Amino acid sequence: MKILVCISCVPDTTTKINFTADQKEFDTQGVQYIINPNDEFGLTRAIRLQQSHGAHVTVVTVGEVSCEQILRKCLAIGADAAVRIDAHPNDGYFVAKQLEAICIKQPFDLIITGRESIDYNGGMVGGMLATLMQLPYVTQCVGLEINGDQALMQREIDGGNEHSKANLPVVIGAQKGLVEEKDLIIPNMRGIMQARQKPLLVEAPLTIEAKSQIEFYEKPKPRGPVTLFDPSDVDGLLNALQNQAKVL
Amino acid sequence: MAVVIFIETQNGKASKTGLELLSYGRSIAEATSASLIAVIFSDSDTQELTDHGADVIYTVDTATDSNFNLERYSATLSEICALEKATIVVVSSSSEGRYLGPSLAVKTGATYLSNAVALPTTYNPLTVKQSCFTNKGFAISESMSSCTVLSLSSNAFGIHPQPGRGEVKTYPYASTKSKLEVTKVEHAQESISIADADIVVSGGRGLKGPEHWHLIEDLASTLGAATACSKPVSDLGWRPHSEHVGQTGKPVASNLYIAIGISGAIQHLAGINASKVKVVINNDPEAPFFKAADYGIVGDAFEVVPRLIEKLKALKKA
Ligand SMILES: Cc1cc2nc3c(=O)[nH]c(=O)nc-3n(C[C@H](O)[C@H](O)[C@H](O)COP(=O)(O)OP(=O)(O)OC[C@H]3O[C@@H](n4cnc5c(N)ncnc54)[C@H](O)[C@@H]3O)c2cc1C
Repeated sequence: MKILVCISCVPDTTTKINFTADQKEFDTQGVQYIINPNDEFGLTRAIRLQQSHGAHVTVVTVGEVSCEQILRKCLAIGADAAVRIDAHPNDGYFVAKQLEAICIKQPFDLIITGRESIDYNGGMVGGMLATLMQLPYVTQCVGLEINGDQALMQREIDGGNEHSKANLPVVIGAQKGLVEEKDLIIPNMRGIMQARQKPLLVEAPLTIEAKSQIEFYEKPKPRGPVTLFDPSDVDGLLNALQNQAKVL
Repeated sequence: MAVVIFIETQNGKASKTGLELLSYGRSIAEATSASLIAVIFSDSDTQELTDHGADVIYTVDTATDSNFNLERYSATLSEICALEKATIVVVSSSSEGRYLGPSLAVKTGATYLSNAVALPTTYNPLTVKQSCFTNKGFAISESMSSCTVLSLSSNAFGIHPQPGRGEVKTYPYASTKSKLEVTKVEHAQESISIADADIVVSGGRGLKGPEHWHLIEDLASTLGAATACSKPVSDLGWRPHSEHVGQTGKPVASNLYIAIGISGAIQHLAGINASKVKVVINNDPEAPFFKAADYGIVGDAFEVVPRLIEKLKALKKA
């Protein structure tokens, strides 16, 4: 079984988000990058399938050279090979098209993306890739078992879970629940050493146009100070919620 | 020219977010002299859709297919979009809307822009404000296609009823053979989902253990609210993952968010910041949540919450 895990490099979750003075770009100064958390749940599931089913796991990212440290981390976690498509990820459609090209060149049985990336929150790469390739797609995936050539999946829906099955290949959008937080793999020294020997290929991108572009950014408006009530004065709080905020 | 809205249903009826999408679509239709097309995969009463702005309503009878079906829904919608020459399609930011949007965009050759938080600022080309970095910023993005699929952040626009023409048509459900077979759907009993809730009551590690969750549940049921929790609470197994909210959990955009015993870590706040009014109850006056909240009580949850429940019950009776 061949698995492709699509990785997005995103700012660490504690990053204070700032934009350049002209508001045209995200200010990357001092920003630490991490594996997008949703993708990391997916990668961990893939590594478990490597262990249980002898699957071969390739990680891929569409990104600039700075993303290679993240791919190396994925290799240290246990992926067998890495591919970097050498392009700035202009928009979700652009990324999905680049990934499609990789999947056409080299077929995979299982393609794992994250439910969404925590930077642009588009939640679109998996769904677009699946539609481009006419493959079944399950997002918000909180369960995945492989049984022969079938995938058994669970999708978290508003207020419940939907179970489904499909023949491989399938595309999923991973999130927490697909594996538990405690199952995430922290690379050890051996993994880090081995990662240096594993292949990290750099591929030229397809020349295609993105379908959207960001004109400028804005920060949220600063908010007013909190209004505090004494622990004995829940009436005061309820009164404010009813008559001032009008939310009760 | 047409604006097409995908109306989600709940028990066969248009959902509240569906009505919000209609209000949003109505404003776009007025601004661009387009007609507003509502598509609903149910044979429910359409009067409500007319009252909320629909000029044309397509009802699609899915017969035996009682679950949301990505392939068949997006095939049906893309046919209707082509027929009506849609320039803007709006879906919600619920799990269905965000599941459908990217697929529909590929099928129709449209641009997909997620998490719109306001009306477009221009229409030719279309530009719209989207939330990004999990509500820590906004991007003003331009679509470079003649058709754009937008997902609207829930509660970003509100419901403003304004009647449309209300012409009702039926449309056949696409016969596309689905590659995905739904085998079972489990619904949590009777609970209000975080996505739909006007009010969300959320508990953190400050509640000390799952045995104290009746406080959160009682407060929530008194308010008709959904229950939620911080990440460590779900990691510890005190509550199910489906209740975990924040940057790596579910997003919350309710009218009122009540945080009890939650410190207000940046990853937690990012996911709930889109809520309109935030209340925090925490015994530590230095908890970061107080900097992000509108109202707060510095106090012990085990004293304050029972008092709140009692007062609310009395208010309800009055
Ligand atoms: C990559 C990453 C992603 C993350 N994603 C998320 C996410 O999506 N969502 C999320 O929530 N977290 C997330 N976190 C975790 C986050 O950093 C915090 O650790 C977490 O939010 C803290 O949860 P808490 O507030 O319940 O617990 P704590 O930080 O332990 O806070 C408990 C609070 O309860 C108060 N308290 C204690 N006793 C009482 C009492 N009797 N009455 C009233 N108050 C009391 C304390 O003063 C304290 O402020 C993420 C972290 C990382 C690294």
